[in-house]
Amino acid sequence: MSVIDRTEAASPVTTSLFIKILKFRELAIVVAILLVFALTYFKNSSFASTASIQQMLSGPAIIIMLAVGETLVIVTRNVDLSVGSVLGLSAYLVGDLFVHYPHMPVVLALLVGLLIGLVCGVVNGVIVAYARVPALVVTLGMLYIIRGIDAIVVNGVQIQPSQIPQSFVNLGSGTILGIPILFLIAAAAVAIVGYVMRTFRPARDLYAIGSNPEAAVLAGVRVPRRVFSAFAISGALAGLGGALWLAEFATVASTAGSGYELNVVAAVVVGGVAIFGGSGTVLGAALGALLLNTIDQALVASRVSSFWNQAVAGMLLLVAIAFDRYVSVRAEKILRVEGAHRGDA
Amino acid sequence: MAMPEVTVLEEMLDARPNPLVQFIQLFSPKRWETQLVVLFIVSLLYGWWVSPYFLNLETFFFAGLNFGEIAIMALPMTLIIITGEIDLSVASMLGLSASTLGYLFMHGWNIWLAMGICLVVGVAGGALNGVLVTRLGLPSIAVTIGTLTLYRGIALIVLGSNTAVGFPTWTQKLSLPIGSTHIAYDFAIFVVLALIFGVVLHMTPVGRSIYAIGLQPETAFFSGIRVKRIKFSLYVISGFLCAFAGILYTFQQASSASDTGVGLELNVVAIALFGGVSIFGGRGTIFGVFVSVAIFASLQSSLTAINVSGQAQSIVTGCLLLLSVLIPNLSETVKRLRVKWFHARLRSVRRSGEVS
Repeated sequence: MSVIDRTEAASPVTTSLFIKILKFRELAIVVAILLVFALTYFKNSSFASTASIQQMLSGPAIIIMLAVGETLVIVTRNVDLSVGSVLGLSAYLVGDLFVHYPHMPVVLALLVGLLIGLVCGVVNGVIVAYARVPALVVTLGMLYIIRGIDAIVVNGVQIQPSQIPQSFVNLGSGTILGIPILFLIAAAAVAIVGYVMRTFRPARDLYAIGSNPEAAVLAGVRVPRRVFSAFAISGALAGLGGALWLAEFATVASTAGSGYELNVVAAVVVGGVAIFGGSGTVLGAALGALLLNTIDQALVASRVSSFWNQAVAGMLLLVAIAFDRYVSVRAEKILRVEGAHRGDA
Repeated sequence: MAMPEVTVLEEMLDARPNPLVQFIQLFSPKRWETQLVVLFIVSLLYGWWVSPYFLNLETFFFAGLNFGEIAIMALPMTLIIITGEIDLSVASMLGLSASTLGYLFMHGWNIWLAMGICLVVGVAGGALNGVLVTRLGLPSIAVTIGTLTLYRGIALIVLGSNTAVGFPTWTQKLSLPIGSTHIAYDFAIFVVLALIFGVVLHMTPVGRSIYAIGLQPETAFFSGIRVKRIKFSLYVISGFLCAFAGILYTFQQASSASDTGVGLELNVVAIALFGGVSIFGGRGTIFGVFVSVAIFASLQSSLTAINVSGQAQSIVTGCLLLLSVLIPNLSETVKRLRVKWFHARLRSVRRSGEVS
């Protein structure tokens, strides 16, 4: 009896604490970022200089844009591997527009990038949602097709920095109140999409689809339409990311953004988005991207050979996945115990 | 009482597949493998049409040389995908093996010993994937994206920005045809491995278990199949063969760098999927993957012959991949849409009826 009493008395405390930790998955990443920052700062105090911090914010901005879109897709238990290729194509086409119309307004350039990405995303979405073909295969195919189209369009002629107007390059290197504009744009995307994902029904449907597709259908969720929208938005954000890439680097070759898709998925997974859908937040994904980039820079600042970056990133990814698994197993156990107790009463 | 039993038995005997019928069914035009063979012939004809020099033994040799490593890595990938998992770390393992070989050789190790170490590294890398996927129960796509980064990272640490060259002269023979034939060593090794994999997958209990795992993991588990052990072994085999492919690749290129084979993982997956292996597991044949390799190799040769750049060729890769999943789905999709339209019309007719 006494044993049972003790567990009954103890369980609410552990539960609430543990559920709190669960709810603040983002907090864990923030702590990790601060920890990396502090450790590096002790080794090299210039790590906290304004320029360094600005670099820390603007560096991952493009990956954050892509990660926001990728989160919507992964939450529905799909994946979008074409984002890197979409980014490359959009960056080049927007650059090419500037070559022909140097006085194009900046906003128009961003819109064009967004539209190019939207078109690619719509193609992905139509095939995945309405032809019911596995997303991994479709977006892998699109990765190759879009990259091939990019290669044909580029045809060996790169965009040069001199061809991009200064007003657009400022977008990539400028700051407002000391904060890089690139980061502000990415943060705005995170804020808007994050708010929508918390608040509105169509966005909540995405979680329902990812948790249990059959149940979602039975609950009256318009699964194809929602999945289609997720892919369209992911494509659009990747296209916008392409325009931002052009603003940041001002030079585009046909290989721009190749291999990004796996970095983006890595950031999203580190950010606590379950790869099989149903849980995770846009903010978490963005923080995941921020963490990976901060570690990259921390290694440089602490004069560790840059050859270590990838190995550390890989280790971190494995640790993050294992940690998520541990947490979900613990949570399941606690919920089961709680359920049993409620059954007793 | 006895009568029904006899009929049941007779029915069962009738239902027992006729070997001849089974054999003929292997060539049914409905099978993806048959369609692939037709596609392969079409791709050969296309090559012959664009270039009169296409259909000769030289093309065959170079295609075998260029595609050997990818083809070798596609075999364990096929088995892993059939069990419902995936291994995205293959190309990084190839790079890690190549870098290790280069590093050890530069530091004066005996070449055979160095090769042995590479294979051990491959087994260890595969075992790490296997442990994380089977013992910790982590999703394989996330795990192998992690080890993709990790193994490439270790390759970078091992070899840095150096390039290892000057391997013994006998290793250069690997980039030449075998004897006086036009068969590349890579291709020969691939064919032998494909035969072994084909026999194991299609003719042994282990092979049947692999399908069972992919179709229904729980059912397979409760039927006494050692699900985790088989998956683990497949990852180890994959690591081993990728390391082996890394050694072959290094000797053929006569150099090794840490970025050897970057991005090949998606090519390997594409070849397996185009060969008819279902991404959901449980379906696929070694023969299909074999023909898939042949089609990719033949198309690459013919497109290179008419000066289409490697990057532009990826359009063909992508389209083939999309078609491979769209065509089998097409009739089903059309049927579903027609049912949907029918219901929509029914509703509108009913509604107009109600109004009048």
